[in-house]
Amino acid sequence: MVKKAGEPCKLYCKGRILGYKRSKVNQYENQSLIKIENVNQKSDTEFYLGKKVVYIYKAKKEVKGSKFRAIWGKVCRPHGNNGLVRCRFRKNLPPSSIAGPCRIMLYPSRV
Amino acid sequence: MVKKTIGGAKNGGSREVPAVKAPKYYPADDVPVKTKRESSGVAKLRASITPGTVLILLAGRFRGKRVVFLKQLPSGLLLITGPYAVNGVPLRRVNQAYVIATSTKLDVSKVDTTAIGDSYFGKAKAKKSKKKGEEVFAEEEPKAELSADAIATQKKVDAAVKLAPMQTKYLKTRFSLSNGDAPHKMCF
Repeated sequence: MVKKAGEPCKLYCKGRILGYKRSKVNQYENQSLIKIENVNQKSDTEFYLGKKVVYIYKAKKEVKGSKFRAIWGKVCRPHGNNGLVRCRFRKNLPPSSIAGPCRIMLYPSRV
Repeated sequence: MVKKTIGGAKNGGSREVPAVKAPKYYPADDVPVKTKRESSGVAKLRASITPGTVLILLAGRFRGKRVVFLKQLPSGLLLITGPYAVNGVPLRRVNQAYVIATSTKLDVSKVDTTAIGDSYFGKAKAKKSKKKGEEVFAEEEPKAELSADAIATQKKVDAAVKLAPMQTKYLKTRFSLSNGDAPHKMCF
């Protein structure tokens, strides 16, 4: 296998997975709440709507020569007034991902 | 409706008759009507992208590279070049969703891209050679080399993009985010 060089540059924003969309007693695992770094108000989230999100994690077993796996999703809408966003993933995020990091990619781009 | 002449003194001479006769019976079961799909059109070019715009590639092998937009191809993809001599990005097709348009515009009026279309890209299909047994694994496929034609067009395009020394430097650098950066506040 060809050895891949490290990422030449960072083209994503860091995000933090806070948990699922929820009410007092129920939680809805099909949407996750994500805090994007440096985004602190609702109006700032507009740029990120529709952007791809990846949760990257490490597993013990190698698949295709890599121990890293990814779950892709996208930002669907803002959540509240403090710059949180709701994201849908192809597979719902596992509970172990809560408080974990994720990447908010810059594509699909609108600028 | 079709006009038909009709015989008989009291019939008025002619009458309007439907061109296609209505069916005598209605079908007992509903026949599903086939809806025609509108062909998926070509993506509309974003207003911020015009020939000569410097773009930042967001994904793929050349992510982060700043490149020059030349034209939109009939398939809707964008034709770009590094130029190759400056930052190593050859003539390439990219999807505009994976591109950030910057406010920098270069002069590409001298670039002749008429010969470059969608068919310019893509691999030439390799001939399938059928061999028996181990021979298939023994021989490695030769690496496809770039045709002299492609090299020549690349050189021609590169020469036609006029760059100031500062612009050359700008195109050489990769775009990257670092901690604390907020792309939603950036003016690209």
